[in-house]
Amino acid sequence: MTYNILEKYEMVPTVHLMKIQAPDVAKATKASQFIILRIDETGERIPLTIADFDVVEGSVTIIFQEMGKTTKYLAKLTTDDTLQDFVGPLGCPSEIEKLGTIVLVGGGVGVAPIYPQAKAYRKAGNKVISIIGARSKNLLILEDEMRTQSDEVYITTDDGSKGHHGFVTDIVQNLLEGDEVINRIVAIGPPVMMRAVAGVVEPFDVETLVSLNPIMVDGTGMCGGCRVSIGGETKFACVDGPEFDARKVDFNLMMSRLGLYRSEESEAVEHYESECKSKTGCGDECTCH
Amino acid sequence: MSLRQTMPTQPADERAHNFNEVALGYTMEQAVSEAKRCIECKNPQCVKGCPVNIDIPAFIKSMKISDFDDAIGKIKETNSLPAICGRVCPQETQCEMYCVLGKKEEPVAIGRLERFCADYEREKGVKPPQRTTSTGKHVAIVGSGPAGLTAASDLAKAGHKVTIFEALHAAGGVLVYGIPEFMLPKDIVQEEVDYIGQFGVDIKPDYVIGRIKTIDELKKEFDAIFIGTGAGLPNFMGIDGENLNGVYSANEFLTRVNLMKAYQFPEYDTPVKKSKRVIVVGGGNVAMDSARCALRLGADEVSIVYRRSDEELPARREEIEHAKEEGIVFRLLMNPVKILGDKNLMVTGAECVNMELGEPDDSGRRRPHEIQGSEHVIDADIIIMAIGTSPNPLIFEGAVGLKASDRGTIIVNESGMTSIEGVCAGGDIVTGAATVISAMGAGKLAAETINEYLDKTNQENAC
Ligand SMILES: Cc1cc2nc3c(=O)[nH]c(=O)nc-3n(C[C@H](O)[C@H](O)[C@H](O)COP(=O)(O)OP(=O)(O)OC[C@H]3O[C@@H](n4cnc5c(N)ncnc54)[C@H](O)[C@@H]3O)c2cc1C
Ligand SMILES: Cc1cc2nc3c(=O)[nH]c(=O)nc-3n(C[C@H](O)[C@H](O)[C@H](O)COP(=O)(O)OP(=O)(O)OC[C@H]3O[C@@H](n4cnc5c(N)ncnc54)[C@H](O)[C@@H]3O)c2cc1C
Ligand code: SF4
Ligand code: SF4
Ligand code: FES
Repeated sequence: MTYNILEKYEMVPTVHLMKIQAPDVAKATKASQFIILRIDETGERIPLTIADFDVVEGSVTIIFQEMGKTTKYLAKLTTDDTLQDFVGPLGCPSEIEKLGTIVLVGGGVGVAPIYPQAKAYRKAGNKVISIIGARSKNLLILEDEMRTQSDEVYITTDDGSKGHHGFVTDIVQNLLEGDEVINRIVAIGPPVMMRAVAGVVEPFDVETLVSLNPIMVDGTGMCGGCRVSIGGETKFACVDGPEFDARKVDFNLMMSRLGLYRSEESEAVEHYESECKSKTGCGDECTCH
Repeated sequence: MSLRQTMPTQPADERAHNFNEVALGYTMEQAVSEAKRCIECKNPQCVKGCPVNIDIPAFIKSMKISDFDDAIGKIKETNSLPAICGRVCPQETQCEMYCVLGKKEEPVAIGRLERFCADYEREKGVKPPQRTTSTGKHVAIVGSGPAGLTAASDLAKAGHKVTIFEALHAAGGVLVYGIPEFMLPKDIVQEEVDYIGQFGVDIKPDYVIGRIKTIDELKKEFDAIFIGTGAGLPNFMGIDGENLNGVYSANEFLTRVNLMKAYQFPEYDTPVKKSKRVIVVGGGNVAMDSARCALRLGADEVSIVYRRSDEELPARREEIEHAKEEGIVFRLLMNPVKILGDKNLMVTGAECVNMELGEPDDSGRRRPHEIQGSEHVIDADIIIMAIGTSPNPLIFEGAVGLKASDRGTIIVNESGMTSIEGVCAGGDIVTGAATVISAMGAGKLAAETINEYLDKTNQENAC
């Protein structure tokens, strides 16, 4: 199979948006589900959350950060290219219902998966308070979109270039200590951020969900590579998750498992960069870096 | 009396370092000599042992006079995957077990002869199959393993339009993600899959039923459905340390190596951990395949840890012998009780106990017991769990009324029909992990049942 790329642009440095033609996937998608894609025959299968979908247009939008070989290569593709594989929707949809007040926390590229949740919770009649964070102002994504789908929006930057100078957890803490009853918190972002949120909510009695992003292969429950420990029980994040109760997640284990292939990942990037230099000579025409 | 022809193989010390096929196949002379051993029984017992009903004496007869074109034609009358069956069928417990020659000497090497004919035709260029006139019916097949492929080819031969939905990006099921290249080269699987495509079967990869569409939805679009989703959910032992870095399920390890071609990393992007010392837990074909892959990736020592003795090893004898020749260490009557790791949560080894065999259990095999105080540590940086798989429950999502057993397998009647009218199932999803040929037999049976069902609905509609 091949899948057409309908749209593709760099939102902020190293973070890209790509819209893919996949009508059957779009039709079946619900909030918090993800896809797995493979660029070409030699490519790796990588999971990315569905940031948006349009049933009428038959399209699915993903937002990704350049990390290693696959995402760097993906970043170079244009609407003239195609993807060989695009499987989804995968994972359990979030249980979206009318609860009252929902706090959505997105860090870095984690704002992307928060966005469809904001839409869905809003539609179900909830009050949505969003906290979106980035290292710096120029790395902040989807601010306008989040504003249209939230009742309140807080922005945090690590360097103080916009909004609150500090971390998303500072705002979570303030809200929890405030008067407003919070019925659910959903936090998605880098594992360190999710772990920090889990730490902040610990003393409070508020349901808190995180969306885990372990290394995956098939995404259908077949390999067990994505296993995580939740309250001492082993779960497969791709079929039992990706959302889990933040306070039960063994973050240390998950983070260590994410690092398993660090040396192979650098080797893959080196190989990719040397290979494309040799192919194109990296002249003016080169689009590979 | 002539002796059974031995299979030429790559020398053990060479093949332990490459992923090329181990068994090289008979030469033409060998094939003809082996064929001549068959005495063409009037009432051939061998056929009973073949779940896809190959007319064994007939195809072997053609081989005797070197008419291999005719031989492969006869095989393909009932089996669309001969190059695969000829390689991975457990012939010793199928057709060959019933061969009359087996009583006094060794049985005719039916599987190897089948492989020879398939390879002969492949080299010459496979004749495309004839298409049948269309019945106007449309059948959905879920899963492209041997069960699904066989059902698809038989249904397409009957003139139905067939669409296969496959969760992965490649068709073949365990044939592509599990069984290693050196046992079953992937381009051979691809060619047999393509052959089935030539019947007009449409294969849709990247399509997870239960997620993108459900069985209930398929029922509205199709006249009948066959479910052949296999038993792909890996089991773990539930012991301490099993989630440490470096512990793989055999499924993950083999999928990375075979489907994703991690042995060609970094030409292929998917990595797999290479290591010095590897432990594989289990004693079946899956364990042997994992161990032999790990060895080929360059490990210094690969050992099989199995809780019973050599005699009970469930793997095919041939594979056990091949593994031994290649230098796989067998630690029998041994079981891991805990997996050990360092502060970075990387595996460092397994704490194991010795076992002894007691009274037979339900399966008739002697039950292993732990020997008190026999705890000891075996160092390892990779541990692969090959202790079985279960059916994946995903298929049941949105399949109202589809009945399952306690083990999670789909319940079918003797014709392969599930609790939902017009929906058949077969292969590992019904039996639990079994064999390629039993899955194919089930696919064949289901195809017959679906044919009858579609005939019946046709007549009903005509009234
Ligand atoms: C359910 C899920 C949803 C995700 N959604 C998004 C998203 O919306 N946007 C986004 O930018 N990223 C998302 N990720 C992370 C994304 O999959 C990884 O960044 C990507 O796989 C990295 O691949 P690479 O080859 O570019 O980098 P690599 O160099 O291979 O790896 C970089 C890091 O990514 C992680 N990683 C590597 N391979 C995989 C893999 N097969 N599966 C998961 N993680 C892996 C590892 O921790 C590694 O350290 C998600 C992950 C999961 C599991
Ligand atoms: C490593 C290994 C080695 C083996 N070696 C041998 C051997 O030497 N000889 C032998 O006879 N047998 C062997 N077996 C057993 C044999 O491979 C299986 O019994 C056989 O493949 C079962 O066939 P199947 O068609 O039922 O299922 P599978 O081959 O498992 O195929 C099922 C297919 O369905 C797909 N699927 C699953 N769920 C969904 C869904 N929801 N939607 C869409 N698609 C789905 C899967 O991705 C898969 O492709 C081995 C098994 C393994 C794991
Ligand atoms: S398909 Fe298997 S059982 Fe049937 S004849 Fe061939 S090797 Fe024997
Ligand atoms: S039982 Fe053996 S000898 Fe008899 S027909 Fe079959 S293969 Fe030939
Ligand atoms: S990714 Fe393979 S089981 Fe989850």
